[in-house]
Amino acid sequence: MTMNQSVTSSENAGKRKGQFSDVWKRLSENRAAMAGLFFLIFLIFMAVFADVFFDYQKACVDLNIAERLQWPSRAHWFGTDEFGRDMFARVVFGSRISLSIGFIAVAFGLLIGGILGALSGYFGGALDNIIMRICDIFLAVPMMLMAIVIVAALGTSIVNLVIALAIACVPIFARIVRSAVLSVRDSEYVEAARAVGGRTGHIIFRYILPNCIGPIIVQTTLRIAATISNIAALSFIGLGVSAPTPEWGALLAGGRSFIRDSSYLATIPGIVIMLTILALNLLGDGLRDALDPRLR
Amino acid sequence: MENIDRTPPALEIEDLFVEFRGRNSTVYAVNGLNLKIEKGQTLGLVGETGAGKTTTGLAVLGLIASPPGVVTQGNIRLGGRDILKSLEGEERERLGTLWGKKKYRHVYGSRFCVSEGELQKMRGEKVSMIFQDPMTSLNPVITVEKQIAEVIEKHSKISHADAIGKARDMLETVGIPRNRGSEYPHQFSGGMKQRVVIAIALACSPDLLIADEPTTALDVTIQAQVLDMMKKLKEKNHTSMLMITHDLGIVAEICDCVSVIYAGRIVEHGTLEDVFDHTLHPYTKGLFDSLPDLENRDTRLKPIRGLMPDPSIRYEGCPFADRCDYASDICRKEPPREVHRTDEHVVACHLYNEDNIAEGGAL
Amino acid sequence: MSQTLMDVRHLKKYFKSGKGFVHAVDDVSFTIEEGRTLGVVGESGCGKSTLGRTVLRLEEATDGSVLFAGEDISRFSRQKMWEMRRSMQMIFQDPFSSLNPRMTVSEAIEDPLVLYKICPDRASRQKRIEELMETVGLAKRLYNTYPHELDGGRRQRIGIARALALNPKFIVCDEPVSALDVSIQAQILNLLQDLQKELNLTYMFITHDLSVVYHISDEIMVMYLGQVVEKAPSEVLFSNPVHPYTKALLSAIPVPSLHNRRQRVIMKGEITSPIDPPAECRFAKRCEFATDRCRSGEPRLTEVEPGHFVSCFEFGGDFGTA
Repeated sequence: MTMNQSVTSSENAGKRKGQFSDVWKRLSENRAAMAGLFFLIFLIFMAVFADVFFDYQKACVDLNIAERLQWPSRAHWFGTDEFGRDMFARVVFGSRISLSIGFIAVAFGLLIGGILGALSGYFGGALDNIIMRICDIFLAVPMMLMAIVIVAALGTSIVNLVIALAIACVPIFARIVRSAVLSVRDSEYVEAARAVGGRTGHIIFRYILPNCIGPIIVQTTLRIAATISNIAALSFIGLGVSAPTPEWGALLAGGRSFIRDSSYLATIPGIVIMLTILALNLLGDGLRDALDPRLR
Repeated sequence: MENIDRTPPALEIEDLFVEFRGRNSTVYAVNGLNLKIEKGQTLGLVGETGAGKTTTGLAVLGLIASPPGVVTQGNIRLGGRDILKSLEGEERERLGTLWGKKKYRHVYGSRFCVSEGELQKMRGEKVSMIFQDPMTSLNPVITVEKQIAEVIEKHSKISHADAIGKARDMLETVGIPRNRGSEYPHQFSGGMKQRVVIAIALACSPDLLIADEPTTALDVTIQAQVLDMMKKLKEKNHTSMLMITHDLGIVAEICDCVSVIYAGRIVEHGTLEDVFDHTLHPYTKGLFDSLPDLENRDTRLKPIRGLMPDPSIRYEGCPFADRCDYASDICRKEPPREVHRTDEHVVACHLYNEDNIAEGGAL
Repeated sequence: MSQTLMDVRHLKKYFKSGKGFVHAVDDVSFTIEEGRTLGVVGESGCGKSTLGRTVLRLEEATDGSVLFAGEDISRFSRQKMWEMRRSMQMIFQDPFSSLNPRMTVSEAIEDPLVLYKICPDRASRQKRIEELMETVGLAKRLYNTYPHELDGGRRQRIGIARALALNPKFIVCDEPVSALDVSIQAQILNLLQDLQKELNLTYMFITHDLSVVYHISDEIMVMYLGQVVEKAPSEVLFSNPVHPYTKALLSAIPVPSLHNRRQRVIMKGEITSPIDPPAECRFAKRCEFATDRCRSGEPRLTEVEPGHFVSCFEFGGDFGTA
């Protein structure tokens, strides 16, 4: 009897572990998502080890007028800027700022917005009304304008930039999570959970949120993408990261004056931003499908 | 068939095969189904979820979504007219390989003999269908009389005002006061909505009505009203009807003949009396035994053991063999052939052959 | 005689709607003895599901009390009610929506065990899950499958295993077989009856299917628009229905036989709105026997023969109040 018992236990334990590898298996079958994932891993790898490949001082601070405005070549893969600095190195260093601000700002936005949205959707009533009206006020102000106001009030710094961008995400996540929660809150399995004695926290975390994960993941990847382009936009108007720190938006802005003769200065950062956003979206779609056991 | 003067059957389906080809697997929904409804007759098509009832109904209307649905073989005749015909010989080779790949050779094993335009005209005029859920088959933003009139206008050249008038007549025949025609579907109860759906289906007095579980979504007392009304209407208009249902009670109520469908094939067919009082097939028996007995509360139910067979597997033998208490080796190897007890009563089961069927077979 | 387990007294549940109060459950009283089954039948909107949920306090009652094993649970605090919930469980109608699609079979059954900390360690919990799966007839190999991979009958078995996990005394079955095919329906009904015998369970069986309710119940309660119109032991109700609504309901069952066909009573007329209904018999508008008296006051449940209660002026004696 005990023998038999232990056999089944280990068998089941093996299968349980299999559930996580199952998600990975399904994700790896999705070619588009894997392409996105590898591109992002590559970006992150380059950002982390940028110092190994490039010299920050040389790439971002020193001037080398002799080599200014060179088109892409074997020596300078992405060409050089108006001060003769290697664009490839600057794009790689720029990804450090863009990616980290993007991820951190969205993570904060998701955390705060998600909690507000879940509370609002689950409890409804007055609480829902208060939270949602505040969100409406935030949504009514153009996001850019709000970021400008926050950065202008708190001063230009990377921390303030993160705060501004995170606040801009909060109402959007609150709305998405709320509507997702609303759509599963009244489902029969939530009532069934209550019938077997489930308490509020348990119901929210075990029953409601796992079933809202699809729209949340999609929205998160979209938001990271949007935030990266917002950093770029803020830097473009001079409220984001200040020179000489390389940042994708700043690079794009800098290339604008040379668009006639040295179009690569603007197009290359633009393409990198676009590819990153595309990779995030592909990965997000893939994750959503891989996490849904019904789509197996 | 020998007699040319005889009116052709309202519907004839011969050897129909329908598959749904998914990315990873193919579902064999209908596997060699034969069916015949004489003019003015009501045939009950009885079976459980996934037996291929609805697919059969949709095939008659040419409404199987394609892709993924594919009719691989079969003939369908409506009132003697060919709708769908199996491709033969050279034609089969030629059209079947259109998709290029050898794998898809027999994708189009059958071909429609009528154009899409004609097919559209036939839906409504010759044959129409009532779906299970009246809540979703009506357009919520159009008044009910307009929804009925729309069908009439499509099939006959009459003015809008006349069509509305006719629509109101239709409402009256299904038992809804004329003046309620200008109301919207949400102002009607479930039973009333299903009446409207029936009015739409009957608006162009079709020869054949396919009713797919028309009362499943309704309460019993409302169901009784709707069945009562359908019965009267079909007698009045001599409409033939294919009644798709899982409820043997409804069959007893309204049908003349019954075909029992299992895994996409007819396993038993006969008149009401044949099937109810001289049940042959073990599956049909199982269906009757599963029902609670209203005469005796203490008898234990005798469910059919096991589950419906996986429709994505092709069975060599009888698909019911795994659940059948009488199954022998031959049942798992060879598909059963049809054996007649009377002209009308047919069963597809290895327990029976021409010699023993009169005595009740080897059961 | 066995003991009364469930004693519901004058239970009311009103929902607020735009136009007034929907009287979903209006003054319903009944008792169920331990180990017995009370069937509740009625058509959609008659309040039978709300009644089941209110009895379990998944909905708070507007008025009235529910005595479970002698204790008035309608006044219990949240914590006490939570403890009580162990003994009173529910099986839901739709096996396709009453299970969390993201939980495997074992996780779904494990959930109540974790919530009530019944089996402290994983090994014992797993043993209990496997035991429950065996009880309801689920194969061990389904341990880690997701509900969407299973058919309706098996899903309903998961629902039953979940309800049994806490060793309840009382189970509300809310249309547990109406979404299933007949052959599977019979399997589940047999399972429920076997479990009742084995574990001495008490059922409140809610359904719209009269042949099912007849088969499984000891006593049947017929509801119409939030009220009980007739209540009697199953055999009595089916052989001698008194209320015109019960008669119409019974005659409407499609009988799967060519013999002993019943004469149909086809009802006409509009259904009375459940929103603030007037003080009259709620069935009067559809009743062919309705008189002025039926429209002037509400009838009361009256005992017409031992154990057989009817709420009707015309057929239930003279005890109605104005």
